[in-house]
Amino acid sequence: MRVVLITSVVAALTVLVPGGVAAQDSEIEELRAAVEALRSDYEARIAELEQRLAVAEQNAVQSLNAAAPVAAPAAAQVSQSRADAAFNPAIGVVFQGFLNGVEGPAGEEEGFAVGETELIMSANVDDKFTAYLTAALAFEDGESELELEEAWVETTALPAGLSARFGRMFSGIGYQNERHMHTWDFADQALPYDAFLDGRYVDNGVQVRWLAPTDLYVELSGEIMQGEGDPSGLGSYSVFGNVGGDVGISHSWLAGLSHLEQDSGQQLDIAHFVWKWAPDGNWRQKNFIFQAEYLENRDISTDSGWYAQAVYQPVPRWRVGARVDEVDLDADDPRRFSIMLDWSNSEFSRLRFQASRSDSDLGDENAWTLQYIHSIGAHGAHAF
Amino acid sequence: MKRLILTVLLVIASGPVFAELRVFACEPEWAALADEVGGDLVATYSATTALQDPHYIQARPSLIAKVRRADLVVCSGAQLEIGWLPALLQKANNRRVMPGTDGYFEASNFVQRVDATANVDRAQGDIHPQGNPHIQTDPHNLAAVASAMARRMAKIEPENTVIYEANLNDFMSRWQAAIERWEAAAEPLRGKRVITHHKSWVYLVRWLGLEEVAHLEAIAGLPPTATHLSRLTTRFADGGADVIVRSPYQDAKPSHWLSERINVPAVVLPLTVGGTDAAVDLFAMFDDILARLAGAVDNA
Repeated sequence: MRVVLITSVVAALTVLVPGGVAAQDSEIEELRAAVEALRSDYEARIAELEQRLAVAEQNAVQSLNAAAPVAAPAAAQVSQSRADAAFNPAIGVVFQGFLNGVEGPAGEEEGFAVGETELIMSANVDDKFTAYLTAALAFEDGESELELEEAWVETTALPAGLSARFGRMFSGIGYQNERHMHTWDFADQALPYDAFLDGRYVDNGVQVRWLAPTDLYVELSGEIMQGEGDPSGLGSYSVFGNVGGDVGISHSWLAGLSHLEQDSGQQLDIAHFVWKWAPDGNWRQKNFIFQAEYLENRDISTDSGWYAQAVYQPVPRWRVGARVDEVDLDADDPRRFSIMLDWSNSEFSRLRFQASRSDSDLGDENAWTLQYIHSIGAHGAHAF
Repeated sequence: MKRLILTVLLVIASGPVFAELRVFACEPEWAALADEVGGDLVATYSATTALQDPHYIQARPSLIAKVRRADLVVCSGAQLEIGWLPALLQKANNRRVMPGTDGYFEASNFVQRVDATANVDRAQGDIHPQGNPHIQTDPHNLAAVASAMARRMAKIEPENTVIYEANLNDFMSRWQAAIERWEAAAEPLRGKRVITHHKSWVYLVRWLGLEEVAHLEAIAGLPPTATHLSRLTTRFADGGADVIVRSPYQDAKPSHWLSERINVPAVVLPLTVGGTDAAVDLFAMFDDILARLAGAVDNA
């Protein structure tokens, strides 16, 4: 066994380093001498060139200084920005609001509504941890509410492509679950998320992610959450995986499967697919997003739901979109069709019009919404 | 047997010399510079092409996968990539390239940035408080970044210091000669008045002694508006501008529209390597910038 092992190692090395095993002591000595000679030759030339370089750099800096007035030297700028980042968390606020109109049997609210106002803070804790907080300020039923949406700490220095997040978080299952409301492409959540997760799954616990060292994006993750806190149970857990990549320079995609098992007895499976396109990959001028998810939920009965949506930005600032969402429940199978048009003056402001028609056993309903999403302060980079 | 073991050990010990340093560059100019400084020791990958606006890049899965395996991330910095690089770093789970480590390199930290401001009011548009990040249009900046990059590569792979230094010196001698050639060739351009689409060319303008008289964007980062363009038409109807400049990823319509009305040539300049067919490397990029500018001004 051992002989086989050694033989195979040697064989492997022979393949990897042609001629390596065959090298003789004398050859090695010759090589060493050659490298030594090369080295001393280089060192002499480098010393000479370094001197010339120093002079050239000096001249370059002087010519820069002589030109138009500039701000503080680069070194000062660097220390300034680092100091800010170390002690002041990035703070941002996202303002959202609606003007709703409904025509149909359901007694939904009409008129002006202030949506969730998101307060976002984040910063690196030290060289090994980063922390993130989102609080949602809401005004419902005549009362102000402050809700802790997310408050988690994440590792930044684990080896082997691993990271761990702990605290209160939006679960990473599915695609839409983790996305904050201000990044939604429609004014409301897709029906299956509303039906099976009451909007989204958010809980307290631990999430571990592993990213494979491959050119194809392969991410495997798991979570253990508090669930309903049943003392006899182990809480809730979920496992999910994502793969993704590019097709040419203009197309990119992401697909994934998730499984959530709650201590309440609920089991949920989600399959998602996202495809994005921009000519030459230049997102700014023109782009297209297709996004779809299928959810299958089992507790007392087995129900399913899905949605598919497409959003197109033909020119900077303007986007149009359409969405179909549906849930098949025992009692009813509501289906909705929505269209939207939004305008973004900058990446920090967006105004949207959305119209929806839903059909259910309760009857048909037409609804429209005017929505605004504005953000001030620091705004984190958006995930794919 | 002993000889065999020694040989194997020697091969293993010399291993790092053959291992490639994987460089993830946010923009093509840094990939090109890393190739110059790293030579055969590095394998570079550019996250963007010259046809993409580096302010607006999706944090795509393919990019996350590349950052996951990178040994060195080289970006412009000064918040140019603020909309996507943090998302890549957060998802990539690669501790070797997190900000603050040797594997994270922001090129604009090694030059004097212009237009840094403490006044960060977004009513002025998408401004970069740490200064203008489009530093690659002045070859002196690239020289400073090349030195810093060689030092950084040598810090990550001390065993290859000699090679990085040799590569750097080779590049620098060619680069300094090219700068002298460019500066001599660009002498007739001094004082020419340019209208630029976005503030992407402030370093070129300073280097060549051009005069930047207007921008097509009324507010930095927002698309040019009809009102602003017609105002420019009135302002430059009787002269006052020599050339209109835009980058390959910017919409051609506004500069063509203005060009026709004020009778000033509009030209696309490669903002980075690959921006035009001729701009195949850093040297060719500046050759082409100067050739295109000179061509446009001569025709005017």
